[in-house]
Formats: sequence, C-alpha cells, structure tokens
Amino acid sequence: MITLNDYLILAALLFSISIAGIFLNRKNVIILLMSIELMLLAVNLNFIAFSHFLQDMAGQVFVFFILTVAAAEAAIGLAILVVLFRNRQTINVDDMDSLKG
Amino acid sequence: MSADDIKFLAIAIVLAPLAGSVLTGLFGAYLGRKGSHWVTILGVTVAFVLSAMLFKALVFDSAEPFNGPVYTWLASEGIRFDIGFLIDRLTVLMMVVVTFVSLMVHIYTIGYMHDDPGYTRFFSYISLFTFSMLMLVMANNFMQLFFGWEAVGLVSYLLIGFWYKRPTAIYANLKAFLVNRVGDFGFLLGIAAVLMVFGSLDYATVFERAPAVVGQYFTIFDGHQWEVLTVICLLLFVGAMGKSAQIPLHVWLPDSMEGPTPISALIHAATMVTAGIFMVARMSPLYELSETALSTVLVIGATTAFFMGLLGLVQNDIKRIIAYSTLSQLGYMTVALGVSAYAAGIFHLMTHAFFKALLFLSAGSVIVALHHEQDMRKMGGLYRYMPITWITFLIGNLALIGTPGFSGFYSKDSIIEAVAASHIWGAGYAYLAVVAGVFVTALYSFRLYFLVFHGPERMDEHTRAHLHETPPVITVPLILLAIPSVVIGAPYVGNMVFSHWFGSAIVVSKSHDVLGELAREFHGPLAMATHALTTLPFWLAVGGVATAWFLYLKRPDLPAMLARRLGWLYRLLIEKYYFDRFNEVVFAGGARAIGEFLWRLGDRILIDGLVVNGTAKLIGISAAVLRHLQTGYLYHYAFAMILGLLALLGYFVLWVPQG
Repeated sequence: MITLNDYLILAALLFSISIAGIFLNRKNVIILLMSIELMLLAVNLNFIAFSHFLQDMAGQVFVFFILTVAAAEAAIGLAILVVLFRNRQTINVDDMDSLKG
Repeated sequence: MSADDIKFLAIAIVLAPLAGSVLTGLFGAYLGRKGSHWVTILGVTVAFVLSAMLFKALVFDSAEPFNGPVYTWLASEGIRFDIGFLIDRLTVLMMVVVTFVSLMVHIYTIGYMHDDPGYTRFFSYISLFTFSMLMLVMANNFMQLFFGWEAVGLVSYLLIGFWYKRPTAIYANLKAFLVNRVGDFGFLLGIAAVLMVFGSLDYATVFERAPAVVGQYFTIFDGHQWEVLTVICLLLFVGAMGKSAQIPLHVWLPDSMEGPTPISALIHAATMVTAGIFMVARMSPLYELSETALSTVLVIGATTAFFMGLLGLVQNDIKRIIAYSTLSQLGYMTVALGVSAYAAGIFHLMTHAFFKALLFLSAGSVIVALHHEQDMRKMGGLYRYMPITWITFLIGNLALIGTPGFSGFYSKDSIIEAVAASHIWGAGYAYLAVVAGVFVTALYSFRLYFLVFHGPERMDEHTRAHLHETPPVITVPLILLAIPSVVIGAPYVGNMVFSHWFGSAIVVSKSHDVLGELAREFHGPLAMATHALTTLPFWLAVGGVATAWFLYLKRPDLPAMLARRLGWLYRLLIEKYYFDRFNEVVFAGGARAIGEFLWRLGDRILIDGLVVNGTAKLIGISAAVLRHLQTGYLYHYAFAMILGLLALLGYFVLWVPQG
C-alpha cells in the first residue's frame, strides 16, 4: 500500500532535484526552464496526493490551473529564449550577468 | 490756525515731495528732462511754502504746537506704532531750513547736472530725500524717527554712488552705508531700550515718564550696574555719531564727496548730517537727566571739532576741504549739545545749513566752470572770471569763520561762550578745542579761498580760454543762499538762543542752564558783535586768515617747507590720523580673516568636506563592498531567496512558540 508519506517524499525529492538543477546548471537557460517546470510538477504531485487522501476535489482543480499556467509560462519562456538568443547569440547562463553591480 | 489745519498742512508738506519723487522716478521717461525738474521743483516749492506758513503760524501767530497721530501702522501687545506728527518750534525751524535748502539745490541741479544721463533719476532721489528728512524731523515717535533716519541713509547711499560706474563712488557709498550701519545699530538698541524701559515709543509719553526712572539701574553684564537713562542716551548718541559723523564714525563723510556736488551740499553738509544734532536736541528731556551722557557728547564733539578741522589743512580737493570743515562744524554743534546749549546748537545748525550749502554750491560752480576739475592745485585767480561765485564764496567763508555780524558769528560765538560758562565734566578741554578750532577754521577756509580765487592761475590754457561765470540757474541759488548766510544771525540770536524760543520742545534743567546765564549778559546783537572784537576767538580768526594769506599768497614756498620739516605731523594729517588704515586693517581685515577662517573650517572642511562629500564618500565605500554581493547571476539571487525562505521557516518552526 502506498502511503501519503511516500508521495510527499517523492514530491520533496523532485523539488530538491529541480532546485539543485537551478543552482548547479551553468550552461543552459533551457535547463533552467525545465527545472522550474519540474518544481511545479512536484507541487502538483503534492496537491494530487492530498486531494486523494483527504477526499477533497479542490486540490485537483488547482492542479489544472497550475498546468495551464505552466504551459503558458513555457510558451512565453521559450519565446523569450528565442529573442535572447537572437540578441546575444548565446544561451549560456554564465554570460547572463548584466544585472551585476 | 487750528490743530486740524496744522495736521492737514503737515500731511501735504510731507506728501508733496514724495509725489514729485514717485512721478519722476516711475514716469521720468515720459516726463522728459524739463517735466522731471518742474514736477519735483513744484513739489518742493509746495513743501517750502506750506512750511513757511506753519513757521509763521507757530512763531508769529503763536499757535499751539500740534502733536497727534495720523495713521496707526500697527498695534501689537498693547503698543501702538503710529505715523504721527509733532509740530513745534523746533520742527518748523528744521522744516523751513530743509525745504529751503532743498529748493535751492533743486534749482541749482538744473545747471549742474545739465549734461548728465541720470538727470531724472537725480531729481527723483533728491525729492525722495526731502520727503525722508521731513518725516524724520516731523516725527512724534521713535518708530517714525527711525524710518526717516534709515530713509535718508538710503538716499544718501544712492546718491553717493550716483555715478555708479566710478569704482571710487561705489567704494565710498559702501563705506558710508557700512559705517552708518554701525551707528544705526546703536540707535536701534537705544530705541529698543526706550521701548523696554518706558513701554512706549511716543515722544510725549517717554519724556513724561523719564524723570521717574532717574536713579534706576539695570544689569547688562554680570556684576555691572548701568544707569538706565545713561545707557539709553549713549546708545541713541551712537546713532547720532554715525549720522552726524562724529569721531570715530566720521570716516564716511569725506569719502561721500564722490557724489555730485548738489547732494554734497544738501545731504552731506546742510541737512542729513544734522539729523543727529536734531535728534539729540529733540531728546533733550532724556539727555538732561544724565550728566555722563552729556559729558560724553561734549568730549566727542570737541575732539571732532578741533582734530577734523586740522585735516582740512592738508587736503587738495576743494570739496574734501569743505567736507572736513563740515565735520568740524558738526563737532561744534555737538559741543553745544554737550553743554546743554541745545538752542545754540540748533541755531548753529540753521546758520551752518545756509552758509555750508552756499560754500558747497559755490565750489560746485567753480567745478562746473573748470569742467569738473576739483584739484585746487589746478585753480587760482578765479575772481577775475567768476565774480558772483567769488563774492558768494567769500561770504560763505566769512560766515564760516565767524566774522562779527555774519550769521555764523552769532551761532558759533554763542556756542563758545556757552562752553566757557559750563561746569560740566570735560568743559575745560572742550573750551580749548573749540577756541583753537576757530584758528584752524579760519586757516583752512582762507587757504581754500586764496588758492582758488587768488594767486597765480594754474589751470591749463584750454580751460582758461573757456572760463566764464556759470549760468543763472547756478548763480541765483548762490545769491539766495548768501542772503540768509549774512543776515539770519543778528535778528534771531536774541530770540532763538537766549530766550527759550523753542518753548516746550527743548528742556534744560536748572543746573545746566548755561544759556540762561549768558542771557543776562546779552545786550542785543550789535553789542555782541562789538564785544567780540575784544575777545580771543575773534583775534584767533583774524590770525588764521593772516596766516593763510602769508603762507599761500605772500610766501607760497613755505607750506611745502613746513610739510618737510614737520614730516611726521604732515604724514599723520595726510593719513587722517590712521582712522581709515585702522578700520581697513582691524575691521575690514579682521572680518576678512574671520571669514577666511570660517570659510576654510566651516565651509570647506565641515560642510563641504564632512557633510556633503563625506556622505558621498561613505556611501561610495559601502557600495564598493556591497556590490560584490550583486553578481548578476540569476541562480545567486534564487539561492539567496531560498536561504531567506529557510531562515524564516526555521524561525517559525523552531523558535515561535506553538499555539
């Protein structure tokens, strides 16, 4: 029998992996976007698990919203990426330091 | 004449010159030159005629003196500041003198300033001056007195610097303004003390309450008791020293000769500089109650009278000599005030106004004829070319040195006699000074006269070819001024000086009443004149004239030799006793040193260095450190957020007590 704890541990692992992806990734902005997607999915997993074990449909409704937003975000993120590449001929994260003081 | 009539006339007298001044000042461009001088002359003529009417009403028809408010300027905490007039015999005398001399100067200016581009501006200023001076003498309270006092100072400043493109004129008017500020500061403190002690600025109220504060003291510095009235009188006298140019605040007057000659005559000889004398006479009920103040006045006046006269001996500028003569004569008036002979002082003020205005305007006439040359070394022998100026100048000089029969004789001799009769502390010194002053006066006056009108002609050929008498607009005022310079003395000396002519306007306490003592020995002007022939001052004056004649006509080589032999004395006089040098080094230099110090310490180091640049530097340094935190990498920021989130979560989970 798979308990709620197992789901939550899985979600936490996924979330930690995505954080690590953001920090450790020095090369590619696309990986950044993917990590963010993964974070959202980890959260979704939490929602589904709680929804199932607490018998509350609100959690699943939320997941639909989050999926929708994530899709939109991915679309915009990729579009920005394209423009970024056109302007700077690179998507290397270490080159993106124009906010440096 | 009823009180209402007097009030109406007084308002009209004051407003007529003001209207003239405002019209020419604002609309001079539309009025043109002719229009400007007609408007202002009309205004001053109205003032003169009405003043003469008031004079007649008060003096001959024995109307009651008028004292009343016209308009309340403001009332604050129970103290009313009124515009008001006090019209008594002292006031009307001053009004007639001021308006008459002013009228003469207005007419004279038409000729003197004929080619000047600032023609209308000049007329506007001198009318404004007439207005201010009238406000000063007609005031019935300290507030308005102070208004007039400052207003004449302002006009004087404007007129000294009238030729504002000359650096010397700008220097002179700044100097006059600053020196007068020193005096006015004392004056203002005096007025403040009056307000504090008496709770009123109204003359009548103050004079009424004055005897009650005799013997009262207050503490200014710890451990020193000061008599209230002495302090008030001395502070007010500081103001008089500034305006009437007494040592050590006299330094501005000789320099003020940078202004055009008509205003030297009007402001810096005949009227404005006598404001201090007038003020002290007006305050006689206060001064009579403080012998210390009177002695101070006496000593300062005597010092000015003698030592400033000496300076006239070494000057070569025709106007400056007359300026030093003015200083010396103001000293005589101050001496008269000091020995409580107020009436004699005011009488000398009046005669001096006429003959000194005459001298200045004659000098101006000479200056015009010589194409604005003021150096006596380039004059000489002018009597052949300018007979009217010559005669009028001679009349002015004879009046100045006190020739028996002339107006100046009666006033000056009254003062000398009054000093001789006085027992106040310092009277002995003052007597010496004024008697020796007679010799000096005669010497410098006739040195001037001989060098300008007699002796060899030292001007260049071009000037000599064009030399001729000045036009009637210049000579007519000279003649009109020469008449009172001769005759005003004899008919009035008995009335004005020796018989309490001023009535309630001037108060003299019994113990100081030197004029009352002298009155017993007075047997009419003729007797006074003949008696003078046997006295020391007359022979000193004769000696002065003879010495001048000997030194400058008979043996012109002697003065230069004397100057060489007595080098230290000559240098002392040329340097004007080092007053100017002292002021420049100590006050101007000191102020500059303090300014430099404050600039370096306060401005450069504290404000610029510490506050302004210091703040910027501090921010710069901290920013240089902090900017290393801002890498520009997104994941660093995200990491910081996570850390923050963890810290907050940890805080809530671990430390915040549950429930």
